[in-house]
Amino acid sequence: MLLKRIIPCLDVAGGRVVKGIHFRQLRDQGDPVVMARAYSDQGADELVFLDIEAAPQQRATLVDLVERTARSVFIPFTVGGGIRDVDEIRTLLRAGADKVSIQTAAVQRPAFITEAARVYGSQCIVVAIDAKRETDAGWRVYTHGGRQVTDLDAIGWAKDAERRGAGEILLTSIDADGTQNGYDLPLTRAVANAIQIPVIASGGAGHPKDLAAVLTEGRADAALAASIFHEGAFPIADTKRYLREHGVPVR
Amino acid sequence: MIALVDYGAGNLRSVRNALDTLEVESVIATTPQELAGADAIVFPGVGAAAPAMAALRGRRMDRALIDAIRRGTPFLGICLGLQLLFERSAEDGATCLGILSGTVDRLETAEKLPHVGWNTVDAVAPHPVTAGLEGKAMYFTHSYVVAPQDRSVVAGQTIHGVPFVSAVAVDTLVGVQFHPERSGSAGLGLLGNFVRFANQERARAAQADHSLP
Repeated sequence: MLLKRIIPCLDVAGGRVVKGIHFRQLRDQGDPVVMARAYSDQGADELVFLDIEAAPQQRATLVDLVERTARSVFIPFTVGGGIRDVDEIRTLLRAGADKVSIQTAAVQRPAFITEAARVYGSQCIVVAIDAKRETDAGWRVYTHGGRQVTDLDAIGWAKDAERRGAGEILLTSIDADGTQNGYDLPLTRAVANAIQIPVIASGGAGHPKDLAAVLTEGRADAALAASIFHEGAFPIADTKRYLREHGVPVR
Repeated sequence: MIALVDYGAGNLRSVRNALDTLEVESVIATTPQELAGADAIVFPGVGAAAPAMAALRGRRMDRALIDAIRRGTPFLGICLGLQLLFERSAEDGATCLGILSGTVDRLETAEKLPHVGWNTVDAVAPHPVTAGLEGKAMYFTHSYVVAPQDRSVVAGQTIHGVPFVSAVAVDTLVGVQFHPERSGSAGLGLLGNFVRFANQERARAAQADHSLP
């Protein structure tokens, strides 16, 4: 049986892992490669690096980080943050990343998804969607780290991304992110039910029960979290034991 | 020396890093000569079948691969590197290497596709390379699966709604649908098995040469 994946997310800036609330108030968390290896040893199923500065002049730092990670980490890892063209994707995949996550550039030019998937295969193209609940029904897609609203509906955009060749959707709830009050279950379930490709839920994990909820009720295929792992409150092994005890199949 | 088949599109970096960690020397092979001279071959393929086959033919590596495998050079095919061993892929109608009889078909399942993530390998047939694989979770990412005509080559199965063939083994040829280079310690274990198997085969071949009259 396909197991549910637990994915620590490493937000990186200036070669360090940082964590913010609502995409702001950054705190230093450690060295990315050291943390990646530790998570892999503790049983993480996959890793995500998000370059939250996404500044072109910082790309060399990110590529170097990817190369160093690939030399000592033998689980899949995804790299995202400001990726705008297939050349950047090539550089990151060649450096050793298994997948790339694209977001703003995909919203601005949806054909980018198709181009990337055609060259490198859908299996390495993750489309990241940041969504925020509207006052009426539904969720709106935001870009630029949650600062810019778009006219896209989150569910419609997820379906469109799938149709264009995305291999997975990394779905972040802007409302839940950083709150540690649990994932946005209705959002996650609505998107997971609308598409065939896997959904990685993100934003709001504060306790292993939140991961259990999003992987069952929320119908997510994978749960991404940062603080609960970085701050040591719930190590990966304890989180997985909790999930196993609550009937969620994990490695 | 282990040769990694490079047809220009596959990402060899992660397999090479894994072999480096196991302290095994590897060389990126881009010519038929490099394959012919190899002690063992690892073929880590990604992407679609047709462009990969076109690239192999363009480099005249298709014939060299077939010859090396038929000669008994220890071979490990990973993901597309397993699928290309068969006759034909339904993915894009590509004619493949045809070393094993059977086809590559889209996985007919009610579950989500692509099949991405960790899944267990069961019903593992005894082979030095698959030792310890039974029940282990490995990392998969694919939508197509191999359908061998001769079921005796099947060395492992995995269930994603329906069972499918996740490993094959015949003599010195092994192919796996999952990615051992991305499957943590269990994956490194399988690669280590392959390296030891290749060394033993080489030693045995050397001894056989010496005992000739």
